[in-house]
Amino acid sequence: MSRRLSRRDLLKLGAGLAVAGVLGCEGEEAATPTPGTPSAGQAPSGPPVKVGVLVPTSGVYTALGRDMLNGYNLYFQQVNFTAGGRRIELITEDETGDANTALTRARKLIEADRVEVFTGVVSTAAVYAMRDLLHQSRTLSIITNAGGNDLTRGRKSPYIFRTSFTSWQVSFPLGKWVADNLTKRVAIMYADYGFGQESQAAFRESFTAAGGQVLDAIPFPLGNSDFSSVIDRIRAARPDAVYGFASGSDAVLFLRQFAQAGLRGRIPLAVTGFMVEQDVLQSVGRDALDAYSSLHWAVTLDNPTNRRFVEEYRRRYNEFPSVFTMQAYDGARVIVEVLNAVNGDTSDPDRLVRAAEAVRFDSPRGLFEFDPVTHNVIQNVYLRQVRDQGGQVVNVVVTDLGRVRDPG
Amino acid sequence: MQYVSALFNGLSYGMLLFLLGAGLSLVFGVGRFINLAHGGLFIIGGYVGFTVLNELGNFWLGILIGPMVGGALGLAADLLVLRRLHGHGRELDQVLVTFGLALIIADATRAGWGGDIRSVGAPAPFDRPIEIGDFSYPTYPLVIIGVGLLVFGLLWLLLQRTRVGAMIRAAAGDPQMAQVLGVPTAPVLRLTFALGVALAALGGVVALPRQALAPGRDFEMLLLALVVVVIGGLGRIEGAFWAALLVGLTDSYGKLFFPEFTVAMIFGLLALVLIWRPEGLLGRRAV
Repeated sequence: MSRRLSRRDLLKLGAGLAVAGVLGCEGEEAATPTPGTPSAGQAPSGPPVKVGVLVPTSGVYTALGRDMLNGYNLYFQQVNFTAGGRRIELITEDETGDANTALTRARKLIEADRVEVFTGVVSTAAVYAMRDLLHQSRTLSIITNAGGNDLTRGRKSPYIFRTSFTSWQVSFPLGKWVADNLTKRVAIMYADYGFGQESQAAFRESFTAAGGQVLDAIPFPLGNSDFSSVIDRIRAARPDAVYGFASGSDAVLFLRQFAQAGLRGRIPLAVTGFMVEQDVLQSVGRDALDAYSSLHWAVTLDNPTNRRFVEEYRRRYNEFPSVFTMQAYDGARVIVEVLNAVNGDTSDPDRLVRAAEAVRFDSPRGLFEFDPVTHNVIQNVYLRQVRDQGGQVVNVVVTDLGRVRDPG
Repeated sequence: MQYVSALFNGLSYGMLLFLLGAGLSLVFGVGRFINLAHGGLFIIGGYVGFTVLNELGNFWLGILIGPMVGGALGLAADLLVLRRLHGHGRELDQVLVTFGLALIIADATRAGWGGDIRSVGAPAPFDRPIEIGDFSYPTYPLVIIGVGLLVFGLLWLLLQRTRVGAMIRAAAGDPQMAQVLGVPTAPVLRLTFALGVALAALGGVVALPRQALAPGRDFEMLLLALVVVVIGGLGRIEGAFWAALLVGLTDSYGKLFFPEFTVAMIFGLLALVLIWRPEGLLGRRAV
């Protein structure tokens, strides 16, 4: 199966492409850089820049890790794995589903492999666990998923940048939209762990401020396998809409069982975008139809950069990219832009930080820039709806909820 | 009305756990054999069912083929590896080897089906809810309850009313005496093992429309199966049945009243049973 990449394949791919780039053969795919990318110019020289990539290739987040590796590869290939006059060498480690193991692997990348740039990390627990390591080793770290608020607030570090989101950033704009456009009476269901709690709190904050009323709030344990009782409580609360956050298989099961219970089409869903992202939609398909959600991207988002991104991804991997792919793709671009700006000289961490602060570009999600204070991305959040578009179940952008900056 | 649907939820979840726990309990009862690859067989059943549905377009064929594949794998594993580990005092070897098998299954299923979440809708005509006035309830959980009761009935008949069943019971009661009396304990154990894992695979297929397949599900299910077997008492099919229902109902009513503590409640139940009856609800007291 061409869609699965092991760490070894990735390294082979990276080395192979670098060689292909130098020899000037088989370069047609890689020879189409995104507009706005400064070209590497000269042929790479000196030792390669070591970039440590920490994403899960086992455990519950395997699919997300795969999406992210695809995203990194897609972008690095467009620049022939070269930036600032140096080759880029990826060293990939398995984040697994366990924060302590993730920390050990991060330590290995930083202390044993001596990577110059660190990137990846799906789980918020893992990123919190390695925060001090990244901060104290002064490693430029481009986090491409883990969205816990605190990494932008109490636990922020100048060396940690985030190309993904904070949980607040994604769900806060949704609350006001639901109160203004859908209903003032909702029931809330959410996965009972850090990210789920933060997401529902952010939704509730703007929803109640806009006059909304929360009829019931129903937490459920992560890795829940039966949503009947959650669905019964929703029914009993008689809401006009349901806000929710669940991800991965929790989201799949909830949507399946919500439809089986005959509630889809009767009670509208307005959820945090990850609950209906590509990984979930390819599994539940039409059972997710009509669900509203907020997210900083959609596969159908209409701008030239996104069209090109989606098209190239589909040509290569024969499926739709997900938001996780997009975040890693942008993370790769940040790394390339930083290396170009410092001409491949990674010796001064603070110079790398200044270079990263200045990065601005047209991302598939719209204008990408970092908040100079928190180093979290400032981005637009979109209100989307799951629709059937020519036989494909995808998220269609309904409206742009504007630029959102985490208050920090 | 929530209480009524929580009852059905608990029963249907309990029946799934029964399909899973029955096999584990039987195998332990007959051969004192601990199989940690049991959760792996559950998801293999699920993946086979998923593939059959996608390729042949028929969910019910999956219910037939899934357990057959599971049972065949169980037989093969026993012939190739596990039979070398039978016998008293080999528990540690069994744990090591079957845990290794569980890891192999986890990697093999990921290589074969990828790390994506896989799920299927309920098969027609069970894909829409039953509605009685204001009350509505999905149909498919009732199918699970039916399958669980049917399997329990058939197993009971097999064990109590057939010659093979008598041999299984004899081997479970006292393997040495059974052997002396001419019961071929090794083949009986092999058969029981195949039956047990076929049941786990059946559970995997039946659960498909209610549960999603994803990496890690096998170990979650293994944990639940162990809980059911420990609560029910090792080696008794009735024990696994009642324990599975108890865990299922604790889960569904727990979610209704104390959603934050559901997982803790299941293990609390386990702890209570262990304190009150260390041998399990229907287990035999060791003498």
